[in-house]
Amino acid sequence: MGAKQTRSAQKYQDLTDKTGFSPEQIKNLHKRFQHLSDNEETISRENLEKIPALANNPIRKQIIDAFFDKRNQHQNEVGAFQEIGFEQFLMVMSHFRPPTLKTTEEEREAMRKEKLRFLFNMHDTDNDGTITLEEYRKVVEELLSKSGAIGLEAAKAIADAAMLEVASTNVPHMAPDDFYEGITFEHFEQILKGLEMESRMHIRFLDVDTMTMRCGKSKS
Amino acid sequence: MRRCGFVHLLGSVLLIGFVSSVSCEAALTGHESNHSEHEHGSSLSGIPIVTFKWHHVETPYLVALFILVSFLAKLVIEANHHVTNIIPESALLICFGFILGGIIWGADKVQTFTLTPTVFFFYLLPQVILDAGYSMPNKLFFSNMGAILVYAVIGTCWNAASLGLSLWGCHMGGAMGDLDIGLLQYLLFGSLIAAVDPVAVIAVFEQVHVNEVLFIMVFGESLLNDGVTVVLFNVFDAFVSLGGAKINAVEIIKGIISFFVVAFGGSLVGFVFGLLISLLTRCTKNIQIIEPGFVFVLGYLAYLTAEMLSLSAILSIVFCGMCCQKYINANMDENSVNTVRYAMKVFANGSETIIFVFLGISAIDKTLWVWNTGFILLTLLFVIVYRFIGVFFLTWILNKFRLVPLEVIDQVIMSYGGLRGAVAYGLAMMLDENKIKEKNLMVCTTLIVVYFTVIIQGITMKPLVTWLKVRRAAVSELTLIEKVQNKVFDHMLVAIEDISGQIGHNYMRDKWNYFEEKWMSKVLMKPSARKNRDRLFKVFHQLNLKDAMSYVAEGERRGSLEFIRNDHAYIDFKKKFDDDYYEEVMPDIMADMSEDHGEMSSGRRDPVPSVSLEMHEQNMKAVRDSEDVNTHHLLQQHLYRGRKQHRHRYSRSHFDVNKDEGEVQEVFQRTMRSRLESFKSAKMGVAPPKSLSKHPKKEQQQKVGGSQSSSADFIESFLFCLLDFEFSEGDSASGFNPSYNSMPMRVTYRAGAGIENLGFMPDLDSGPSVQLPPWLEDSSSVVPSQRAQVQLPWTPSSLRRLAPLRTSTRSTDSFMMADAPPNAQQIDLPPPPSPPASPPPPPPPHHHM
Repeated sequence: MGAKQTRSAQKYQDLTDKTGFSPEQIKNLHKRFQHLSDNEETISRENLEKIPALANNPIRKQIIDAFFDKRNQHQNEVGAFQEIGFEQFLMVMSHFRPPTLKTTEEEREAMRKEKLRFLFNMHDTDNDGTITLEEYRKVVEELLSKSGAIGLEAAKAIADAAMLEVASTNVPHMAPDDFYEGITFEHFEQILKGLEMESRMHIRFLDVDTMTMRCGKSKS
Repeated sequence: MRRCGFVHLLGSVLLIGFVSSVSCEAALTGHESNHSEHEHGSSLSGIPIVTFKWHHVETPYLVALFILVSFLAKLVIEANHHVTNIIPESALLICFGFILGGIIWGADKVQTFTLTPTVFFFYLLPQVILDAGYSMPNKLFFSNMGAILVYAVIGTCWNAASLGLSLWGCHMGGAMGDLDIGLLQYLLFGSLIAAVDPVAVIAVFEQVHVNEVLFIMVFGESLLNDGVTVVLFNVFDAFVSLGGAKINAVEIIKGIISFFVVAFGGSLVGFVFGLLISLLTRCTKNIQIIEPGFVFVLGYLAYLTAEMLSLSAILSIVFCGMCCQKYINANMDENSVNTVRYAMKVFANGSETIIFVFLGISAIDKTLWVWNTGFILLTLLFVIVYRFIGVFFLTWILNKFRLVPLEVIDQVIMSYGGLRGAVAYGLAMMLDENKIKEKNLMVCTTLIVVYFTVIIQGITMKPLVTWLKVRRAAVSELTLIEKVQNKVFDHMLVAIEDISGQIGHNYMRDKWNYFEEKWMSKVLMKPSARKNRDRLFKVFHQLNLKDAMSYVAEGERRGSLEFIRNDHAYIDFKKKFDDDYYEEVMPDIMADMSEDHGEMSSGRRDPVPSVSLEMHEQNMKAVRDSEDVNTHHLLQQHLYRGRKQHRHRYSRSHFDVNKDEGEVQEVFQRTMRSRLESFKSAKMGVAPPKSLSKHPKKEQQQKVGGSQSSSADFIESFLFCLLDFEFSEGDSASGFNPSYNSMPMRVTYRAGAGIENLGFMPDLDSGPSVQLPPWLEDSSSVVPSQRAQVQLPWTPSSLRRLAPLRTSTRSTDSFMMADAPPNAQQIDLPPPPSPPASPPPPPPPHHHM
């Protein structure tokens, strides 16, 4: 029993080093993980799709895909997992860690890159290094599908316009016969410079146990 | 510039002098006339032709004059940019107040103009705060709500308590000499001077552009701490009247309870009034003229109601503005929204100006100045020191909980930005002289603190911000892709919170949005408004508008005559320039043309120029609500503006349009001429040999005009006559006309959008085909050049670039079709400059030069 505890403590320590979460946060997330996976070792798409609060999210599919995307594990692999373990789960979650006061400038920059890469991967579904118009359209369509006022055609047009905007920003002097293939990561970074990704793309991971708070959630 | 400023200054000084002398004279003459009346008794001296009744108008006259003078002062100050860059406007206005006060003092030997609490709290403050609430960035405010509340409540209490106690301690220690102030009175003084003032904060921070989180912190605090100040002030005021002996625990608890009642009650009143405004604007479709008035009247009523119930009036009006902003912007007509926005700014800015001038004037009053070095300097010191301590301590606690901690630099600016202002002065003036013996000293100290914070800290704020390298606000508008990305963000963060099982900020916001969408919007928003309200959609529209503009501009730059024949470009073109530049155009002709095109357009859908069709969509927005969208109506919407609206029958409730034939004709000619001028200059820029083009043109024109009775041809023939006339006249005018360059060309699409089409220019210079404009040949014989067929050079390159991206040819415009009511389709789609494959429209098809 004691040996098991030290082993899990050791494991948590590893994960802390890898992901930057505090042991308490990891413990909490682990609990959540077990809750989601019904105490299995791994989690599957179905597990995530069953989360009731997620049902209304227009980009649910993209988010869930991101969890099973090997690119988000920082191991230079591509493709998709069928199921992910806790470590992978944590790795994906670690993209949403907030910066702290102690974060240095370089770390901040690295964090920003990671976050951007995550976003980029979410759009770039075929992993060819560019977000093509079709890929972008798809996201925008799904994003706007929930707000009933905007139809599919409008969503398409908005995606087109946004794409055109990117094109005009990044390649201001395009030869007449050129056409813009898609957003590369560099361009993506360039466009989203103003959004202050590093200070916005994060959520609060509580240090305390959140299981007790879930009663409010299950109602919704 | 400086001289002009001087003249203004002189003028205002003279005005004041004049007024005071007039008032003296008036008093004298009034007296005399009374006298003479008495003398003559009943003898009628006939009806006086002119009487001078100064006293009759005195008060409103002086008020109006005072406002005028303050505005003129602002005008002078704003005219000197090099000064306002260093010294903030508020400080300059106070200084102007000093001068003005000096003049008045010199003339009257007594300060006739002082800022009384009634005037300030009832007539000057509400509009400033309403504006602040109305233009509050809600999302930012609520996501920092916790921190703002901590600063506003705890920070203010801390400031008040520490200041009062320290001053009392110093008093006990004998630092101030002989003063008749007790502990409670010190605390009362502390409470009135503790609060950061919204007016001063807005005035100073507006000019330094710090990052938005920092701004909302200071600004939000200054708004919300009013509740605290009011309670503290009232409680201590009551305590002072009660006297120290009678204060017991019950009274103190009552005071604490009253804080919650005052703060939450005030907010609730504001909220209710905000909902009321939103509901009302739902049904003001038929009284659009006075629609904006509701916002102001109800806002003011919210303020007064809260005041009446002795709740926090400032909180009330802030929340009123914050609640209604979204709904009224969606419900009201676009013009009304603009009216509200502008009127709000006029009131707020105006009264801000007056407040500062008043603050300056108030200083020049001998009765007010009671100097006590110890008291004043210690107050000043404590105000600043405790502000720093409070902010740093609270931030230290807050940073333990904040996801994005506030940096030290931000904290310094927050502390330094703790400006005191007119609210403190107003409260000080409200002190009861019978209860507080040293009222004048307190008022005097308050004024000095205000001057110090507004002038000294205001001036040093900008250098400090630069020196500390505080993150500045990003000035750029969000681009469409950024907006989309923001939306992705929101949803993504919620999703991650859901998956990780946290109930956080995003979760709450999502739930609130859901609730808001489902219930509040349904109740408070017009159904039609709900549809168009999406922000993304709005940006998309704006983008399209810009696109259309650059489209026309590009055509114009080419010097192509073509696009005036193309009636949608025609409209765009018109729109592009100031409306009083092209006052009106014949609506009938335009209507005819649009209808013609409507019939044709169903068959021809071209993705390339579709973006410019959005223009119509835009124009139609206002019309769409009424079920009978007809062409005439639409065109009238944007074609009739400018001068004509101002003459004609007077009507209070409608902007009537004069449909007189003769005038329309005349106006049309005038418009055509002016258009031609701009256009000629463009044409001259590429210098076509006019001798060649002249006569064939006429012939061709007649032919075409004869064969087709379309009104478009009428425009053309008319135009060409003019053109010829102009050419023969302006022979020497080669090169671009300077007026062309100075025209308001708003083609800022984004960097590098309006690119010259290289394929086009050489074509113009070399080919003889240009000299005889091809569209003048018989329409059937037009053969686009090889190059044109390949390249569609006439379309702006930015649009063309998209073409390969599109997989569907039914993109934007087909969406338009879906969006607009069915009968709008007719007018919606004038033919784009089409690729050669399209069927010929009534005016000869467009040749791509």
